[in-house]
Amino acid sequence: MKSYPISIKPFGERAVLMEWPNEVKETILEDILIFMDAFKALKIKGWEMSVAYNSVTMVYNQDHLDFEETKTLLLECYSNRFNTESKRVRHLWTLPVCYDPEFGMDIASVADSLHLSVEELIAQHTSHQYVVYGIGFLPGFMYLGGLPQSLEIPRRAEPRLQVAKGSVGLAGKQTGIYPQDSPGGWNIIGNCPVSLFNPSAKQPCFVKVGDKIQFEKISKAEYKLHIIEAEVGIYQPEKTVLNA
Amino acid sequence: MLKVLKSGFFISIQDLGRFGYRDIGVPISGAMDSDSVKKANLLLENDPNDAVLEITMTGPTLEFHDPTYICLTGAHLSATLNNHPLENYEVVKVEKGDILSYGRLTDGFRSYLAIKGGFLTEKIMGSRSQFIPVTATKRLKDGDEVPYKAFDSYNPMISEVKIEEHYHHDELMVHKGPEFDLLTDAQLNQIFDSSFSVSKENNRMAYQMAELIEGHSHSMLTSGTLPGSVQLTPAGRLIVLMKDGQTTGGYPRVLQLSEASICTLAQKKSGDKLTFKLL
Repeated sequence: MKSYPISIKPFGERAVLMEWPNEVKETILEDILIFMDAFKALKIKGWEMSVAYNSVTMVYNQDHLDFEETKTLLLECYSNRFNTESKRVRHLWTLPVCYDPEFGMDIASVADSLHLSVEELIAQHTSHQYVVYGIGFLPGFMYLGGLPQSLEIPRRAEPRLQVAKGSVGLAGKQTGIYPQDSPGGWNIIGNCPVSLFNPSAKQPCFVKVGDKIQFEKISKAEYKLHIIEAEVGIYQPEKTVLNA
Repeated sequence: MLKVLKSGFFISIQDLGRFGYRDIGVPISGAMDSDSVKKANLLLENDPNDAVLEITMTGPTLEFHDPTYICLTGAHLSATLNNHPLENYEVVKVEKGDILSYGRLTDGFRSYLAIKGGFLTEKIMGSRSQFIPVTATKRLKDGDEVPYKAFDSYNPMISEVKIEEHYHHDELMVHKGPEFDLLTDAQLNQIFDSSFSVSKENNRMAYQMAELIEGHSHSMLTSGTLPGSVQLTPAGRLIVLMKDGQTTGGYPRVLQLSEASICTLAQKKSGDKLTFKLL
């Protein structure tokens, strides 16, 4: 497999930033994840890694870093990254979305601007698999890539002061789910009843970077059922294993 | 148990932070001025990570329901225990029924109340630091009760020290941030040859500077941010992310505050003057 030119920059006393070429590409993300698996396999305590698109922020919680020493360690790990057998499993998550205008208050105006019917918009939004390129901004917020060009629409001119938890939005080249009530400027087309952040769960966020998301249209009745199932703890989002 | 009789402007339980969840978008949180917390816990012979009460701008009125020992650090808020004035860096015995109250802010912005053994609220995801949606609330309110372990007697190794507050200066030491090289000569001059004042937009998430510098039109892919990351918005606004700051961002990270300077900035309030100095 091909190797990319990696840039490593200091980032304060305890962190460095590793950057791959400045592109949103699944092959680059996959290379980053392979590197991260290899780094985890070194089992050095105290490191945290957070990936977003083409970069990984590597934070060492234990101590201040010697930059040159760290850079050598990371580059060496990168060149040996294929020597580690990865146990990572990628999942495709099917997340239910209710596109009823009660939740998706902008769906009619969005469909109008995109010259689609509401049904066509929903069909397009649910027919693609979106790659999780990062999780950040809010706990459990996924940066999703792979939105078809036909669904690209600018952010709202005025952000809303309150967007409800679970709201599914469109903005520019992005689609995503607000994991909590939050101010926000995305066009809201529906709501997903699955909680993306559960602080009391063993794994507070079930999705991992590199996973894929596909949305599935549900009715209002199914939406309410999922909310109740989630409250009593019996709802599990549907997942399938993807070959890496 | 510590009972909050009156909560003041903003008080919250904080330890040194919640580590290991940056990859799912959870900020570190924890005390804004961690140096003050470490000093207080040191004097009480606590673990450095023991939870304290962070008190911003105006003080609460608190009632102790069990005997213990406390130590105040950080901002000076004219604290009194049953109307007797208290000093920072002093280990003080408190008895059941004692009332701790605060008066005028004379120095700094965030005061810390540390207690022998730390406050024992529930640890969630490895930390007691209050942050929504990890914890249900982000601050303590009137009537809240906070558990701690009673201590009847204890002989502190050091009962008080006199030290100059670490935040008694207005110079923030900065490293180059990942996008430092995007800065033009004009922007560099503006950042390093002028002074800035803290805007009204300052809280546990971020501190904005009131003065604008020249803007830019760089667009970049979202990437990781840290407490102390100084972002430059297209309009030319410098925003310093703090402990509850988001873990990723899309603005160029032009500078990175030293850890000590994060503590200094945490003690600044709206209108305070600051300069940046490159390390």
